[in-house]
Amino acid sequence: MKREECMFSENKRWCLRGLRDGVPIALGYFAVAFTMGITAKNIGMSPLQAAVMSAVMHASAGQFAAMTVMAAGSGYLEMAITTVIVNLRYLLMSCSLSQKISPSTGIGHRLVMSYYVTDEIFGAASGVEGRLNPWYQYGMAAVAGPGWTVGTFLGAALGAVLPVRMANAMNIALYGMFLAVIIPPAKKDKVIAAVVVISMAASLVFSVLPVLREISSGFRIMILTFLIAGAAALIKPIPVEKEEQHGN
Amino acid sequence: MEIKYYLYILAAGLTLYPVRALPMTLIRRDIKSPFIRSFLCYVPYVTLAVMTFPAILSATGSRISAAAGFLSAVLIAYFDGNLFRVALGACLMVYLTEVFII
Repeated sequence: MKREECMFSENKRWCLRGLRDGVPIALGYFAVAFTMGITAKNIGMSPLQAAVMSAVMHASAGQFAAMTVMAAGSGYLEMAITTVIVNLRYLLMSCSLSQKISPSTGIGHRLVMSYYVTDEIFGAASGVEGRLNPWYQYGMAAVAGPGWTVGTFLGAALGAVLPVRMANAMNIALYGMFLAVIIPPAKKDKVIAAVVVISMAASLVFSVLPVLREISSGFRIMILTFLIAGAAALIKPIPVEKEEQHGN
Repeated sequence: MEIKYYLYILAAGLTLYPVRALPMTLIRRDIKSPFIRSFLCYVPYVTLAVMTFPAILSATGSRISAAAGFLSAVLIAYFDGNLFRVALGACLMVYLTEVFII
């Protein structure tokens, strides 16, 4: 096979895998987005406006925060500042992904991939072994993106809640995939296992203790990531040859 | 009124995209510092673990079905590891728990 054909089939393989892994993300997105659509309707947005917001932002907490700004009728500057603050964790995720893709990845791929850095797509993209192929991310985005946008549209158009059991089951899909990303490496590597357990314990502490529980979830993620990933990097720096096994 | 929402969305979109795109486009090569490399390697594990727990326990209608979903996701992830099967297995577990137990 010629090299180009080989590249093509490799991209196709990753794209197909992305389409498949996008399904549970789309399910979870649909349920969350539906709720968001209802909120959008309640602040007076049309279904189309709500869907456009989802297509542009695809950020759950970020969009709820944005709607709070809209409902309050605050200025555009406030909208910009709120958006940056609530979504700052994506900066960190994007830094992490910049090291996960091949350094030779072109600017075009980088610009398109950035558009779809969400918690879930970042999670799945981090979980692949070795370097991240952009087409894996495109495959996921092609399935998960419409789940998010269509879910928002329908939520705003129908304005009624999904059947409870269905919504509950779909809600857990996103957390299930986070676990699918972190548990298998934790099984192979004791340091990662410790990092995961400590992170969950710290997150629990932050969610129950007075004062700490007032911190928004976006900031909780940022603070704990800096503290725990920083401490782990100081105590157990990863030797270069081991990084391939980590998939990072 | 119509245009106001679109302007808000534009303002949010124009500030959100750079947050995602700047690191991806500015960091064009592999970072050399072992500390920063290790830090970025650990980032996904901490971020995803913090996002998952304890939030997962409030993701469904009851603590019982959420705990069942959490446990089954951990077990399937441990023994099988396939993202698709873990996520759908957890969904199915939550659904069955809510239908038959609660």
